[in-house]
Amino acid sequence: MYETNYHRASSVADAVRLKGASEESKYVSGGMTLIPTMKQRLAAPTDLVDLRHVAEMKGITVSGGSVRIGAATTHAEVAQSSDIKAACPALAHLASLIGDPHVRHMGTIGGSIANNDPAADYPSAMLALGATIVTDRREIAADDFFTGLFETALADDEIVVAVTFRPPERAGYCKFPNPASRYAMTGVFVTRGADGVRVGVTGAGADGVFRHAAMEAALAGNFSPQALAGVTTDPSDLLSDIHGSAEYRANLVAVMARRAVAAA
Amino acid sequence: MTKVTMTVNGRQVSGDVEDRTLLVHFIRDRLGLTGTHVGCDTSQCGACVVHMDGKSIKSCSTLAVQAAGSSVTTIEGLAQGGELHPVQAAFKANHGLQCGFCTPGMVMAAVDMINRYGGTLDEKTVRENLEGNICRCTGYHNIVKAILAAASDMSAGRQAAE
Repeated sequence: MYETNYHRASSVADAVRLKGASEESKYVSGGMTLIPTMKQRLAAPTDLVDLRHVAEMKGITVSGGSVRIGAATTHAEVAQSSDIKAACPALAHLASLIGDPHVRHMGTIGGSIANNDPAADYPSAMLALGATIVTDRREIAADDFFTGLFETALADDEIVVAVTFRPPERAGYCKFPNPASRYAMTGVFVTRGADGVRVGVTGAGADGVFRHAAMEAALAGNFSPQALAGVTTDPSDLLSDIHGSAEYRANLVAVMARRAVAAA
Repeated sequence: MTKVTMTVNGRQVSGDVEDRTLLVHFIRDRLGLTGTHVGCDTSQCGACVVHMDGKSIKSCSTLAVQAAGSSVTTIEGLAQGGELHPVQAAFKANHGLQCGFCTPGMVMAAVDMINRYGGTLDEKTVRENLEGNICRCTGYHNIVKAILAAASDMSAGRQAAE
């Protein structure tokens, strides 16, 4: 790892100030992606601004029919939260599948969505839940937030403070994990709620997480696995790598979607 | 260089470290606690697992400065008064190790999962919760047996104490 300078932020405003003091700085939360990336010298921020101790970014609240998850909430906390299990058990299930127990004790929801790894779990849920990403300066609809591989609508010094969503009537998540990394080879999050059916697909898209319009249309009238029979995914839009071809992932999208609907 | 202070195995320790120093290197090289191992160094194998503020983490993927102010427990902090921790004793009794390299991480992961699940641990849950710990010798069977035996012993012990 190249040299770096560590700063611990005490508030969101403090974090933005610390970040602004250096051009090549990065925010770090759990660090479960960033620290390994720095160890491989694939990232070399001159300064790290630690968000783990910012109280206003922690905690889960449910009020007025809306769920709010602070960005510094760990995967383990989401997985074990009785509020999340009651409001959206599929999201607690998703969190319980990320990485391994030790990673889940450090990694956070804010870090996951801000990084927007094309194989991360949370982005699919944010799209399917129609979540709102709350930052230190604005609110961004999930549909506008994820803009490409590791790319988001966030400005360089903008911080994800929380995510909010309205609990869906039904939701399900199913993923085919890479056996070594536990990242999603393909993961599909489906919801049915006041705004209809939404399907978020991660791990498969060549441009990262995406909504599956054809599946949403098929499920709108009949929310059952059978409704997905014959709905295909164009492999030319999908990732192809050493773990699986685009055609293989296209089939995984169909299988994971059926299982997610069955679980919802 | 930053001066970090933390509690390790109940003892307050401090040292000047480069900010890029990993927690595992601080523990091994500065504190001389070499029970915590570096296996894969790519955050997959779990040989480096320690507890930070009561939760299992991978010390090869955490900076020492991130751990400043926290309470860390390593494998050396488990045995009390010369007596093995029940999980250590169960690994010994059930032959839950061969070469022993992964064992410190396995034991720390086991203690964490017993903390979370207590006497309700079953084999499937143990195997799922070992996803972050790799053993290349045992085939895991005796590790799982040891963890289940320890969970049962510790839960019986707690009931007896109540």
